[in-house]
Amino acid sequence: MTLNRRKFLGATAAMTGAAMLPRAVLAADAIKLGSIVDTSGIFDAYGKPMDMALRLAVNEINGAGGLLGRKIEVIAYDTQSDMALYSQYAQQLTRQDKVDVVHGGILSASREAIRQTMRKTKTLYFYNVQYEGGVCDHNIFCNGLTPAQQAEVLVPWAMKEAGGKKVYTLAADYNYGQITARWIEKYVRDAGGEVLSTDFFPLDVADFGATIAKIQTAAPDLVIAPLVGGAHLSFFRQWAASGMKDKIPLASTTLGVGNEHKVLTPEEGNGIMVAYSYSQDLDTPANIAFKERWSAAYGDPSALHELAISTYYGVHTWAKGVEMAGSVERDAVIAALETGVSFDGPAGKYTVDPKTHHATVDVHLMKFKDQKMDVVETLSQRPPIDTQAVCDLEANPDDNTQYEIQI
Amino acid sequence: MPPRPELPLRRKGRGRFLYAQNRPKDTMDLSFVILVEMLYAVASLILIGAGLAVVFGMMKVINLAHGEFMMMGGYATITAVNLGVNVFVAMLIIAPLIVGLIGLVVERLVIRHLYGRLVDTMLATWGLSLFFIGMTTMIFGNTTTGISTPIPGFAVGGYQINGYNFFIIVVAVLLLIGILAVLKTTRAGLVARGAMQRADMAASLGYSPDRIYMATFFCGSALSGLAGAVLAPLVGLVPTSGGAYIAKAFITVIAGGPSLVAGLLSSAGFFGIVSRIFTFAISPVIGEVALLVAAVILLRLLPQGITGRFLTGRL
Repeated sequence: MTLNRRKFLGATAAMTGAAMLPRAVLAADAIKLGSIVDTSGIFDAYGKPMDMALRLAVNEINGAGGLLGRKIEVIAYDTQSDMALYSQYAQQLTRQDKVDVVHGGILSASREAIRQTMRKTKTLYFYNVQYEGGVCDHNIFCNGLTPAQQAEVLVPWAMKEAGGKKVYTLAADYNYGQITARWIEKYVRDAGGEVLSTDFFPLDVADFGATIAKIQTAAPDLVIAPLVGGAHLSFFRQWAASGMKDKIPLASTTLGVGNEHKVLTPEEGNGIMVAYSYSQDLDTPANIAFKERWSAAYGDPSALHELAISTYYGVHTWAKGVEMAGSVERDAVIAALETGVSFDGPAGKYTVDPKTHHATVDVHLMKFKDQKMDVVETLSQRPPIDTQAVCDLEANPDDNTQYEIQI
Repeated sequence: MPPRPELPLRRKGRGRFLYAQNRPKDTMDLSFVILVEMLYAVASLILIGAGLAVVFGMMKVINLAHGEFMMMGGYATITAVNLGVNVFVAMLIIAPLIVGLIGLVVERLVIRHLYGRLVDTMLATWGLSLFFIGMTTMIFGNTTTGISTPIPGFAVGGYQINGYNFFIIVVAVLLLIGILAVLKTTRAGLVARGAMQRADMAASLGYSPDRIYMATFFCGSALSGLAGAVLAPLVGLVPTSGGAYIAKAFITVIAGGPSLVAGLLSSAGFFGIVSRIFTFAISPVIGEVALLVAAVILLRLLPQGITGRFLTGRL
């Protein structure tokens, strides 16, 4: 058989077309869910379990027959812990892939890098991470803990446990730490206490010897430490090494989010007070069943953390909204979610707060004990009152601000 | 919540926390604590700079992977401890040996082809540092690891001090004495010094400069490994931890000038004390800033480093 150029081109074109056909049909049929988190680089301890949780939730929905009779297809980009890639991939997700919803963002900086792109392109956006609160935007749903849900309960409890009113705060030096430190100051004052001093540390500071001496000079009754990342973990080490751990109690709003309690030895960690909506050690049937599903999909569940759980909730909450709306169209889904959709899962019930698009969640007061988080007290269904105080999307649907607390 | 009566609560079973807070704190105790902190800051700069001082100061090789050598020393220690080795054996013997051997391989494969080519070695060692970060991430994952300090803290008057600080001070002092003793009193030290000054003369006397460079690079890497290992219990270790050390190491070594031991001691002393004064007086951030500002001013006034002007001709 002779093959001239014209025949060859014709044949390959036909074959390519035929090969592409079923995929095109399938793609039009599937609902597209965009994911944008750091699954490599320095934040991958946060991002990898988030990505796994997102896929687990999608597989569960697809396994149960999909959403509105259609499968969900995940389109995921790894931002490699590089803030510049967030805006690039956000453009790609919204303008080229034209996804129906985006889940993602880890650091507050990454959320702010992509939030306006989502808003402009009218792409529904879920931010599933504990953060400093105050984002007021019709297009975004935040289901992570905010300071009012965390610091508001943690601070008075820790002060009570410490049996004193003088607090020393050590915070990470970026927007999360700065704003959280102000919240801590507010709640310390509300409880009749006093913040002796607030020290901020850039993320690469790893030597806290001088700080520990300064804390002893100030002689507080309690140290609260919203410190972030590997270098800051040194503080907890050096604090224990100097023998201070049993002298002045410690509380943190961040320690344990990246499973740091498993890195610290029991001698270093025991007794540190935290407040989160999830811990691997929650002894509820829902959590045990969830961990079994996780193990079946990925093996060892020890990397699980609250951010992964929030992501899992985010996907399921969105799916409930879609089902209720009967469509993936943005405004219909938002309207459905604003009826106060809730999802019950491994961390209890998360309910969408219509006024703020944040979540009402259960919060557990916990103490580190032998590399686990021991639940001391559970406060059920805490609304995000910090954001509620400044944000009302029912009254101002066009609001597009991140409010910060003023003291 | 009603305001809680403070004193009765404290008497009722809260005595655990009463102890440290109610002990009187006088200024004598505080000055002792500050003195220890200063010595510790100087000692840790000596440790961070020692390996680089040997490699850069003696061989004029700019090793941008110095921080990663330290990071690997930390990982070697943690791995050895997790395998059940005594922590001091792991820190003082195993980690320096392993990192020294890695340094040996690096020298044979890369560095020896680049002696005398300053810019090329910078590029090559920078590539190596990325390679080591990548390898460590692949093996140990990108999560924070660590071991706890093997020495308990103790009380000085009303203050608690980290007992491990004294260990670091002792290690730094012994290290300086050791380097001095090797260079001054042993034949190997004499040969090494000779080869660094005039490689051709050393060769004509029958010593192979190639071998001497190799051995020196091994020693420098081992010292970096030792530093990383000894500092490991104080930090949360991640594969990118090396970056935190590299700037301080170069500042200490370059500001120290041509003499190895005297330079290291004088510049670490100067920077350690300056940064601690500002840390205590203002804040840790200002302490770091003060260190960098002091380095800029010092190098403007003494471009050859401290030992380029003072203590010249010492080791």
